[in-house]
Amino acid sequence: MSDTSTRTAAALVLEDGRVFRGEAFGATGTTFGEIVFCTAMTGYQETLTDPSYHRQIVVATAPQIGNTGWNDEDDESGRIWVSGYVVRDPARVPSNWRSTRSLDDALVGQGVVGISGIDTRSLTRHLRERGAMRAGVFSGGDLAEPEAMLQRVREIPAMAGAELAGEVSTDKSYVVPATGERRFRVAALDLGIKSNTPRMLAARGIETHVLPATSSLDDLLAVEADGVFLSNGPGDPATADHAVALTQGVLERRIPLFGICFGNQILGRALGLGTYKLRYGHRGINIPVIDVATRAVAITAQNHGFALEGEPGKDFDTPFGKATVSHYCPNDGCVEGVRALEVPAFSVQYHPEAAAGPHDAANLFDQFVTLMEERVRDNVLPSQVGRPGAGVPLNTEGGK
Amino acid sequence: MPKRDDIKHVLVIGSGPIVIGQACEFDYSGTQACRVLREEGLRVSLVNSNPATIMTDPEFADATYIEPITPDFVEKVIAAERPDAILATLGGQTALNTAVALHERGVLEKYNVELIGADIDAIQRGEDRQKFKDIVAQIGAETPRSRVCHSMDEVRDTVAELGLPVVIRPSFTMGGLGSGMAHTAAELERLASTGLTESPVTEVLIEESVLGWKEYELELMRDKHDNVVVICSIENIDPMGVHTGDSVTVAPAMTLTDREFQVMRNVGIDVLRAVGVDTGGCNIQFAINPANGRMVVIEMNPRVSRSSALASKATGFPIAKIAAKLAIGYTLDEIRNDITGETPASFEPTLDYVVVKVPRFAFEKFPGADPTLTTTMKSVGEAMSIGRNFVEALGKALRSMETKAVGFWTTPDPEGTTLDGLLEQLRAGHDGRLYTVERALRLGATVAQVHEASGIDPWFVDQIASLVDLRGELETAPVLDEQLLRRAKRSGLSDRQIAALRPELAGEDGVRSLRHRLGVRPVFKTVDTCAAEFAALTPYHYSAYELDPGAETEVLPQTEKPKVLILGSGPNRIGQGIEFDYSCVHAAMALRAAGYETVMVNCNPETVSTDYDTSDRLYFEPLTFEDVLEVVHSEQASGTVVGVIVQLGGQTPLGLAQRLADVGVPIVGTPPSAIHLAEDRGAFGEVLTSAGLPAPKFGTATSFAGAKRIADEIGYPVLVRPSYVLGGRGMEIVYDEQTLAGYIKRATEVSPEHPVLVDRFLDDAIEIDVDALCDGTEVYLGGVMEHIEEAGIHSGDSACALPPITLGRTDMEAVRRSTEAIAFGVGVLGLLNVQYALKDDVLYVLEANPRASRTVPFVSKATAAPLAKAAARIMLGATIAELRAEGMLPATGDGALLPPGAPVAVKEAVLPFHRFRTPEGQGVDSLLGPEMKSTGEVMGIDVSFGKAFAKSQTASYGSLPTSGRVFVSVANRDKRAMVFPVKRLADFGFEVLATSGTAEVLRRNGIPCTVVRKHFEGEDNIVDLIRDGGVEMVINTPYGNHGPRVDGYEIRTAAVSRDIPCITTIQGAAAAVHGIEALIRDDIGVRPLQALQAALLADWGTEA
Repeated sequence: MSDTSTRTAAALVLEDGRVFRGEAFGATGTTFGEIVFCTAMTGYQETLTDPSYHRQIVVATAPQIGNTGWNDEDDESGRIWVSGYVVRDPARVPSNWRSTRSLDDALVGQGVVGISGIDTRSLTRHLRERGAMRAGVFSGGDLAEPEAMLQRVREIPAMAGAELAGEVSTDKSYVVPATGERRFRVAALDLGIKSNTPRMLAARGIETHVLPATSSLDDLLAVEADGVFLSNGPGDPATADHAVALTQGVLERRIPLFGICFGNQILGRALGLGTYKLRYGHRGINIPVIDVATRAVAITAQNHGFALEGEPGKDFDTPFGKATVSHYCPNDGCVEGVRALEVPAFSVQYHPEAAAGPHDAANLFDQFVTLMEERVRDNVLPSQVGRPGAGVPLNTEGGK
Repeated sequence: MPKRDDIKHVLVIGSGPIVIGQACEFDYSGTQACRVLREEGLRVSLVNSNPATIMTDPEFADATYIEPITPDFVEKVIAAERPDAILATLGGQTALNTAVALHERGVLEKYNVELIGADIDAIQRGEDRQKFKDIVAQIGAETPRSRVCHSMDEVRDTVAELGLPVVIRPSFTMGGLGSGMAHTAAELERLASTGLTESPVTEVLIEESVLGWKEYELELMRDKHDNVVVICSIENIDPMGVHTGDSVTVAPAMTLTDREFQVMRNVGIDVLRAVGVDTGGCNIQFAINPANGRMVVIEMNPRVSRSSALASKATGFPIAKIAAKLAIGYTLDEIRNDITGETPASFEPTLDYVVVKVPRFAFEKFPGADPTLTTTMKSVGEAMSIGRNFVEALGKALRSMETKAVGFWTTPDPEGTTLDGLLEQLRAGHDGRLYTVERALRLGATVAQVHEASGIDPWFVDQIASLVDLRGELETAPVLDEQLLRRAKRSGLSDRQIAALRPELAGEDGVRSLRHRLGVRPVFKTVDTCAAEFAALTPYHYSAYELDPGAETEVLPQTEKPKVLILGSGPNRIGQGIEFDYSCVHAAMALRAAGYETVMVNCNPETVSTDYDTSDRLYFEPLTFEDVLEVVHSEQASGTVVGVIVQLGGQTPLGLAQRLADVGVPIVGTPPSAIHLAEDRGAFGEVLTSAGLPAPKFGTATSFAGAKRIADEIGYPVLVRPSYVLGGRGMEIVYDEQTLAGYIKRATEVSPEHPVLVDRFLDDAIEIDVDALCDGTEVYLGGVMEHIEEAGIHSGDSACALPPITLGRTDMEAVRRSTEAIAFGVGVLGLLNVQYALKDDVLYVLEANPRASRTVPFVSKATAAPLAKAAARIMLGATIAELRAEGMLPATGDGALLPPGAPVAVKEAVLPFHRFRTPEGQGVDSLLGPEMKSTGEVMGIDVSFGKAFAKSQTASYGSLPTSGRVFVSVANRDKRAMVFPVKRLADFGFEVLATSGTAEVLRRNGIPCTVVRKHFEGEDNIVDLIRDGGVEMVINTPYGNHGPRVDGYEIRTAAVSRDIPCITTIQGAAAAVHGIEALIRDDIGVRPLQALQAALLADWGTEA
């Protein structure tokens, strides 16, 4: 912070013309994306490697960033996905027994452009009032006149209407084995899946087949899975027609289905709900969610800029029978989960795999297991999956 | 789910006097609880013996019992009030222990009272160390390996297994009392036996050492639906081995990855559930091995704690308030977050700033005490600060301490400092350890070296290293340009620190002008619980510097109401505690009611004043000139500041008055020039002379020669002290020239800018304390208090009675005349405190302080007149006549003219001697003197002096004995006065023990007594007898600096360690006899303050 020799000027330029001046952090150069703020106080490594942040410039509201460095275990995917990182006070040296390098090294190593020394609180208040918007970070030789930088920012595509899941998805399918004895097999559609999800499934005796976002229904059915998982991911759910159609196919076959985050929006759309863009989204690890059935509150990790339309606790008709809005956020009434009442499918808008974030919602994976157990108990074997109408109506009881 | 409808009446138990480990944070939590419960329509009864608390103000409960918090007295309150439920989780360990005792005695069952918050089982699961360890093991987490022991034999066996060092932790004590680390067998013997004595259940835990591990705390809350939220994580900079109350701590945790934090969170939640705290808050401590991340749970408090107060202030989430709501049945999602106004309380606060807490010590008050920090808490207070990064917050916290050093580089490095010496020093926790870190780094130590020596996480060490680097830049930069200055300020450096590095800038004022010229000023951000995600309604602000010149300030304009700034009193320390906060809070309440917008500035997280509900706006800022000036600027920019109140927060704001006035800040109340008149001995002497008031002869000296000349002239003994101090700091009674020489040598270090005062010491005088109001034309005597100990004992340490018990009408008239003359002579506008000594019918003026005193809350409660509120109004122009007319003050009369039926109130000081040990492990002397040593006080109030005194003793020291053995040993000059009280004790059936000299006198007066050996007379002497529990009370009056004093020291420390009353003045003995008599008659009842005050006001002929 006080070493003058490495101080390189940088600027953050917002679509609405506001410019924040700071110092280069991570790689030097230019980057663009939708600027969003994340209020988590821990877990920057998980955040930066979360595919849902693809094409976003993330502002950390917590001022001291990088204190625990970068380690070899906490990545949520194979790379850093954020397009830029905005912080106030980066650590000069990391300190943690697992740390192998500094955050700055990790950003430089992957060419991620950041900016530090920004009044991140002013910036957050600005975004809160005006909403998430396009932005660019320019540092070193790329710094230019404000007008020129602004023009470049205004040229990039907006997040609304962006189909990004394909860009972050795996090219080839792969298998994450169960820990210990295999009890179930799950086909996970990778729309931007985080490493901790298969890990959470594996811990419950599930073998996870991670499939590319472009997989067809036949590809999915070929896995002969006991259940289907829809992952989180970036982009506008309104563009995800393929995933929605796939989901409808799964629902028709009454295969247990569980979706999170982007997956929640996919299931919602498959059930006929609309989606919309939130002004500035939910990005943090302190967000309360109320389970309508039990009134229990879970503190959850969230990262979404879009949400489902719907009214908490209200049942609605779908092509697959009745469904209900099962969870909501008491901060703003936003829909946080849906559940089909006549086919075995549910999803939540938050992250039960929680990396980073609290583990309050981990029991949702157990609920997914229960759906699959019920199906096995009722003798609907994976081989019978192809027959529409197999199985019995589900217990509507949600919650813990 | 709405609140429970089966609870209509709740008894809240407070925490009693301020002691080390249990300070005004419980006034903050209790006040919130009372407020919330009454808002919910419940009847609230309250018991608390501490008059200086806001919670014991009559308007905060329906029935307020200022009575001792002992099972006996609380049972009397329960019998009188018949509450449905007791809330004991907001009154610290005192309340919790009392609740357990009430349960064990069957009182709760007898009166069918439910414990809400945490039930008995949960309390015991949390507090009983073995049960707690079992619970942690059950949920699959670890605690340090250990065993619970009930005898020294068990202790020795355990240590043979675990190996040294080990930690000794007694069960059911607060603030880690009696705990410590034993490195050797001798230390083990001493600490474990003390620990067994300190524990009310004779139980200690012997534990594997986790010394040097990283230490963390989580604050959690749970509701009846089993929803749990983590309010705050706190990281201790000092690693394990230093009590968390004595550690510099940071929120949120700075050096945990999310994985580690979430594991800690999970364990915390599981522990809370398994312990079974039904509703409310709890705090759990963890240690993490920095080498491999192994995490162990250290302990939990199934109640609101000091850390919860800190967490509430640090996050804006009011834990105690929410805990009270949860206790009566609400769930977290049903409670609104006050700050956002929209979102529910079922969330976890997220911070976009860094909070640092620094403890305040008072070792200078206890010569001989070992200043090494251990697992026994020794600090007397703390300051908190908020910055946008760690170093900014640290700088603010260090300059909030009210110590000589106000941040790095503000005092010269100690002579002969070497790097090796500093690294060695860093191995043990000590006051100012971070200063040592900075010096070591500056002398070339690496971060790794400092980390190795201190165990402080390298991240924190590097943060301080960044300041050392910045210092280099500041020193070498050719000019201090805007950018460098911004970076310096953003790193938390004060103008004074920068001035120390750039002498050419002509000091702090020079740096400030340069800074203002360059436009480098702080912005004010908001504590909003949510990192700006939602708009905040509550104006709870802190300053921060940003690099961006256009950074925004969040203080909203307010131009309708005139604004008044109230400067608080900073960290609690001996001599300046909760009493001053009380007055500040009262000013805020009174002025808010009178139509002003009130703005509080303070940095003490324990207090009611720093509750965002107390004032219209809160600035959590250091009380330095620079910081206050920026707050004034911010408020002037957003509205009209009509006044700044400096006379209610004690010496801290008073010391700023002149400088603030000099730069045009409108000080209201007694003007700075008048303050000077009262505080400067020369100027004050002239005021007295012209009013014809006698004062003890005195002189001022700047050298030993001068002091000697004055002492020779007025005669020994003399009272010597530095000028401008609070709490009698550095004050001593000197009996000879040699001691005087020694004093002057030391005193110049206490306060270099000010001379030493040498006063004639009035032996055997009665000391009188007066609190008065003056509006410029009328003086209202709030209360006249007679000290029970003679002059020479600091007024803060002396018990006192109101109304005075032995003063005659002419004495009272003299007090009135003198007080009026001083008030008018000095030019007081607001509060005035005068201390007198009455000797041979002459009323000498000892000193006058044109500010709120320590006794304002006590007097206000005893006389039903809110002096601080009245003072605040007077400062803004109201007259005493107007205040009488509107009913704030009684229509006629005043505190010196109490009706004959008025109750007697006794204030007693509470002393912290048993907290301290010499490095050899011996107790420190409990002798009282002119330097204040008490940390808090209690009030006993009843119809007669005896009863009130008995209550005061019960509340402060347990109780006076009603039978058994009394040991008497008094100085020759007291032998005559001793006869009567000792005779009474013998008549009551006490066995009197005495040393040979005293016994001779007693026998001659027909008092049977048993002779015991003096300490130096061999085996079975009096000290052994006391240690073995063979004595119920000690009367020991020492004199001089000679022989008997030494013996007395052993006797007194033995009495302190046994927790038996130890009376060191003959007047105290007489009062104790009164009290014992009342206890023997056993007719002491309880009465709520509301009833006492109503009766008093009715007698006074005014409406209540």
